[in-house]
Amino acid sequence: MALLEIKDLHATVGEREILQGISLTVEAGEVHAIMGPNGSGKSTLAQVLAGRELYAVTGGQVLYQGQDLLAMPPEDRARAGIFLAFQYPVEIPGVSNMYFLKAALNAIRKQQGTDELDAFDFLNLVREKMTLLDMDQALLNRPVNTGFSGGEKKRNEIFQMAVLEPKLAILDETDSGLDIDALKLVAHGVNALRGAERSMIVVTHYQRLLNYIVPDYVHVLAEGRIVKSGGKELALQLEESGYAGLGIADEEEAVGKV
Amino acid sequence: MNDSTQTIETFANQEYKWGFVTDIEADAIPRGLNEDVIRLISAKKHEPEWLLEWRLKAYRHWLTLKEPTWANVHYPPIDYQDIIYYSSPKAKKDGPKSLEEVDPELLKTYAKLGIPLKEQELLAGVAVDAVFDSVSVATTFKAKLNAMGIIFGSFSEAVQEHPDLVRQYLGSVVPTSDNFFAALNSAVFSDGSFCYVPKGVRCPMELSTYFRINAKDTGQFERTLIVADEGAYVSYLEGCTAPMRDTNQLHAAVVELVALDNAQIKYSTVQNWYPGDKEGKGGIYNFVTKRGACRGVNSKISWTQVETGSAITWKYPSCLLIGDNSVGEFYSVALTNNWQQADTGTKMIHIGKNTTSTIVSKGISAGHGQNTYRGGVKILKSAAGARNYSQCDSMLLGDKCGAHTFPYLEVKNTSSQVEHEASTSKIGEDQIFYCRQRGISTEDAVSMIVHGFCKEVFRELPMEFAVEAQKLLGVSLEGSVG
Repeated sequence: MALLEIKDLHATVGEREILQGISLTVEAGEVHAIMGPNGSGKSTLAQVLAGRELYAVTGGQVLYQGQDLLAMPPEDRARAGIFLAFQYPVEIPGVSNMYFLKAALNAIRKQQGTDELDAFDFLNLVREKMTLLDMDQALLNRPVNTGFSGGEKKRNEIFQMAVLEPKLAILDETDSGLDIDALKLVAHGVNALRGAERSMIVVTHYQRLLNYIVPDYVHVLAEGRIVKSGGKELALQLEESGYAGLGIADEEEAVGKV
Repeated sequence: MNDSTQTIETFANQEYKWGFVTDIEADAIPRGLNEDVIRLISAKKHEPEWLLEWRLKAYRHWLTLKEPTWANVHYPPIDYQDIIYYSSPKAKKDGPKSLEEVDPELLKTYAKLGIPLKEQELLAGVAVDAVFDSVSVATTFKAKLNAMGIIFGSFSEAVQEHPDLVRQYLGSVVPTSDNFFAALNSAVFSDGSFCYVPKGVRCPMELSTYFRINAKDTGQFERTLIVADEGAYVSYLEGCTAPMRDTNQLHAAVVELVALDNAQIKYSTVQNWYPGDKEGKGGIYNFVTKRGACRGVNSKISWTQVETGSAITWKYPSCLLIGDNSVGEFYSVALTNNWQQADTGTKMIHIGKNTTSTIVSKGISAGHGQNTYRGGVKILKSAAGARNYSQCDSMLLGDKCGAHTFPYLEVKNTSSQVEHEASTSKIGEDQIFYCRQRGISTEDAVSMIVHGFCKEVFRELPMEFAVEAQKLLGVSLEGSVG
């Protein structure tokens, strides 16, 4: 049984159909990159898998560990091991990062039938994971993402992922807004978390991230459909010829932002 | 309506759990207000002549005043002749001399409210004065406090036992002519708490008054007077609840605080009067005047309030910073939901040199609630080197409620510093989804976000009250870090 099976998934926001029939199978331990120009639906796919109510699923099916994923509320998906690293991590003033993460971890552990961690065990775990991302301990006591720099926010996402140890991690444009040093650090953290029991879906516009997080498979999304799939070499091909090389219009390239 | 909006609404619509009525015989006087009623109240309390005269003077002044209309609250006219100005639970004798004599029905009422009055069940660190309708029914730990020279008990007793102290300080911070509701209170106040902490004494426990309105159509007009003599320290808490009734009831209290040289008073309130039902029917009109005078050098008065109850709240706990280097603080959380209205804030009047004040106000609006912060900072010419910092944040839950901020600043001294920050935020779907994606339920997410918002105020509350305040916001934050 595959970890995740997406079959002909359609989703809309308002009147607009953004996902127009996506099918994708992710086995345990695999890393899949989803690439595509702006507006191709890659972030929507990430959000729909995480259960964002903003999007209405209008067709298709998603099985996670054989279960109907779309019937589960977001918190149940999280507790079943799905983690979304947000493109824009949200600020929660007054709630310490540490408290937030402990509440999250214990909610997940409770669901999985393991004991909740006490403050000491939690602190030990957190310290261990912090070294992985070279995080400043001060960030732990600061309110969630509040006043964090762009890079700190992204690092915090991967740090949370390290603590929560998901089965399926979805990284939504984790590379956006990062300079090369921050990118390497984040990639190092992600790579350290790769393993036979952990699958990843890495959503990105640019090939750059995939130099550091090398995927097993690459899928190119355009207008809500997967138009091409291949191995890691597909990303390199994209790097050379751009989305236009595949006959895909990319607004950003068109206005020369790349 | 999606799931998180629903949870926000559920969170905002929690039932009022303190709305029961105690079936107890009351000794009430007829409705209405005139000089005879005031004489009757004064006679019932065996008051000295000077106090009766003080009341009558206040009453005559009140007759010349008009009810204020500047606050951002709306309610039908109050018929002051339709209120019962005095009601006390009927006692077999003049009043209970000790806790053993307190009517068991009353003890049960307070036990139900979570305020144990029997000595063996007392909260170890808190002395309680319980005010039921118009009178104080019990005070705990009195003897032990007396041994340290601390006077703590009902106002009526203080009038009998310490008339000189009462006369010296009564009305010295909030004069009878101060405002409409203060004048009314001065005329008809029935009881309240009195506290005096002598020179150099640090009160070892929290002092607390628990106010309960029980009788129907009764107004509660209590007065609290706290004096901290030179170098003294006291932390005082007040809590309030009332039965659910579909008519509005008036609560017009006056609180006066006096801090002499190097003295410190910390005054905390958890106000949970009945807020009315979901349609806005019933509830308490909470029109309260609270003011503290930092008379001495280096004195400090801190107000912390968590206002979750009342149909209408109109209160501005304030500080007169007279002594050089004196400090005034105001920390407030005001929650309005359903049809509640709150117009609350503070006034900091800087008179002495190098006086400092801090204002942190957090308004949370839900349902159709309207929440107004109104604050005044006045720095007089004499207040060289004065400093003020104000921060007013509003949070909206849902889209039918409102938040308003009216800061007034008057600075007459160029060597002073005044800072003001304000923000309004909406509890976002984004925040809730972020929490849920990490495995946290919507309900826990909402309470976490609201709590985070109020944190700066909650940490000012004494432990016992912080717990109650958190529960009041429907929240459990056990093991919170940082």
